[in-house]
Amino acid sequence: MSSNRITGGEIILKALADQGVEVVFGYPGGVTLPLYNDLHKQNSLRHILVGHEQGGVHAAEGYARSTGKTGVAMATSGPGATNTVTGLVDALMDSIPIVCLTGQVTSALIGNDAFQEADTTGITRPATKHNYLVKSTDDLAYILHEAFYIASHGRPGPVLVDIPKDIIMGYGDYVGPEGIAPRNYKPQINGDRDLIEAAVDLVASAERPIIYAGGGVINSGPEASALLQKLVKMTGFPCTTTLMALGAYPTTDKQFIGMPGMHGTYEANLAMHDCDVMFNIGARFDDRVTGNTAAFSPNSQKIHVDIDPSSINKNITVDLAIIADATSFLTDFITVWNEKQPKVNHSAVEDWWKIIETWRSVECLNFEQDKDEVIKPQYALSRLSEILSGTDYYITTDVGQHQMWAAQYIQFDEPNRWMTSGGLGTMGYGVPSAMGVQVAHPDSSVVCVTSEGSVMMNIQELLTISKERLPVKILNLNNKVLGMIRQWQELFYENNESQCDLSNGPDFIKLAESMGFTAFSCAKAEDVDASIKEMLETDGPVFLNMATDRMENVFPMIPSGAAHNDIVLHPDQKPVTVDSKDKVTA
Amino acid sequence: MNNMFNNTVQDHTFSILVENEPGVLARVIGLLSGRGYNIDSLTVAEVDDEVGLSKITIVSSGTQMVLEQIRAQLERLVPVRTVSDLTVDGPSVERELALIKVAGEGDFRVESLRIADIFRAHVVDSTNNSFIFEIVGSTDKLDAFIELMKPLGLVDLSRTGVVAIARGPESI
Repeated sequence: MSSNRITGGEIILKALADQGVEVVFGYPGGVTLPLYNDLHKQNSLRHILVGHEQGGVHAAEGYARSTGKTGVAMATSGPGATNTVTGLVDALMDSIPIVCLTGQVTSALIGNDAFQEADTTGITRPATKHNYLVKSTDDLAYILHEAFYIASHGRPGPVLVDIPKDIIMGYGDYVGPEGIAPRNYKPQINGDRDLIEAAVDLVASAERPIIYAGGGVINSGPEASALLQKLVKMTGFPCTTTLMALGAYPTTDKQFIGMPGMHGTYEANLAMHDCDVMFNIGARFDDRVTGNTAAFSPNSQKIHVDIDPSSINKNITVDLAIIADATSFLTDFITVWNEKQPKVNHSAVEDWWKIIETWRSVECLNFEQDKDEVIKPQYALSRLSEILSGTDYYITTDVGQHQMWAAQYIQFDEPNRWMTSGGLGTMGYGVPSAMGVQVAHPDSSVVCVTSEGSVMMNIQELLTISKERLPVKILNLNNKVLGMIRQWQELFYENNESQCDLSNGPDFIKLAESMGFTAFSCAKAEDVDASIKEMLETDGPVFLNMATDRMENVFPMIPSGAAHNDIVLHPDQKPVTVDSKDKVTA
Repeated sequence: MNNMFNNTVQDHTFSILVENEPGVLARVIGLLSGRGYNIDSLTVAEVDDEVGLSKITIVSSGTQMVLEQIRAQLERLVPVRTVSDLTVDGPSVERELALIKVAGEGDFRVESLRIADIFRAHVVDSTNNSFIFEIVGSTDKLDAFIELMKPLGLVDLSRTGVVAIARGPESI
């Protein structure tokens, strides 16, 4: 045995250090004990002991989404590994780079139904971008570096490395990350020049254009968002960004027309429906965006730029597909545009803007807050946004009504500031992801907007947050009901409130206090500002339990399976009609 | 682009060159079943023991949009080196092998031998009251032979599934 052979545990720690990993969210167990022993002997890598492995993966996601780096989670075999599955699928659906290390029973015991054995690679095969079962300590370093490469290159995603106990305890040679590249995994980064030229021509010819940007712009790095802004300004075209891309374009800008989709704005959805050229950069035509695919934007030519070829023509057939990374594509597109100096039909686009302004005049996100009435969630979140504006803040959410209101009412001028579970819609995402964000940004305001249903799904992480002295602020919009369920039951299921009542919820003040939070309540509209300010200004973790209107619904709403022009407004608002087609085709 | 709107269901043969690593077949099969795609036939064997490559041949059916997705989704798998949709990528040769056991006596026995001769099937095992035929050919040819053997005492059969390769000098 040569002298440079080290244990598997030491290899893991060295590989993480060489990958620039600062923090790991983990939970020890029988088979990872030797690794935790090695971990104990060093003090460069920070390990945060989470309350549950699902929380660990979500925390790694929050860390990854807010930094652009790869998040790392660690779990033991069997139940530890199975607990990570929801987090892994969440990261897969939202394209978040995660490396998850799991312990496995000793190689000789695999397949014997050993204590805490589960077929982790089998279970997580469809839950990850790729996974590995390590067979030799000599392979460990290479596999770990390859895992980081795959997680972060191309369309990002979770990669799991399952490591048997004997591999952790055994000795092997270490190799560094230099020159690691999988033999077959070579994502296309640069778009085809001919196609980019065709895209420039098509975009320039548009009379009713829309730029529709998705999470791919965020994943590509902050430069892509800056380039997107340049593109939007350069063309003068309207821009909509998906739930995953909020912040890729400043939501306060005049050319931003809101989010598209089921709870998107009236103007964004009607513009998607009536446009003649749809310019999709890094979005995947999710069903929550398209609604009824047969009636989706029927008269437009569609350009789809995506790093993942399997996203092309999956839900919506497009006219021009370009496989590329968003940063590379936007750089090339802007270059070609400047070279070609194409003639834009300014008068047609001006007419298009007039139509959009007419739609915008409906003010679909308007609400009325009577000072004496119960707090409207829309009011609470628009106040939160107003109070935070100009400061350094990050928002995470859980899933449901509060998530949609947060998306509608909180403004983002920068990418990587908004963390939400979009694809999988994981209740329980908000609290642990806020923890991960705060670890990465210790001096920023990190607010988890949640609700009494979702927050209970990873409530144990409150303890982790206070133990780690993370000043996470939790705004619990407590309407004592599973709001989105109740809304759908009201609208589509005979108003039968089936199994959605949460009025017997816990005493959140006592609960949060028992876990080391400062906690207080707010039940009056007139106290909303003061309580939000108190939440933000109080040192350490704070839980603000805010009683909100039980009967409020999220509007606008495109009913499931309906077309964009079937969008339903709040009962107090009236749709407008514009003869957009006649006007433009004339 | 228009063929994307074509909703007729077609059979396509995919030739997939993969790294011969543990679990690679499970990845490919799991992807197809997990996304609700059909597998009409599947064969797999190592084709390069130096580099460690296996070739998987899959016959699947679906609309044009689904078949495009199958190719794109397969290409996304990390151990997959190349995916070729042989049905659209150019002319190809497809073959399948079957072992067919026919039990019977008298005229049936003679008739089965005569038909086997027409189909160029070989007898690879024989007893006083049974034959095992080996037949190689297209799926249609095998289907036709099997149909003819049914009334003559077909009792068991094994088929390999389709293996296929593109015509011409190029490798996959």
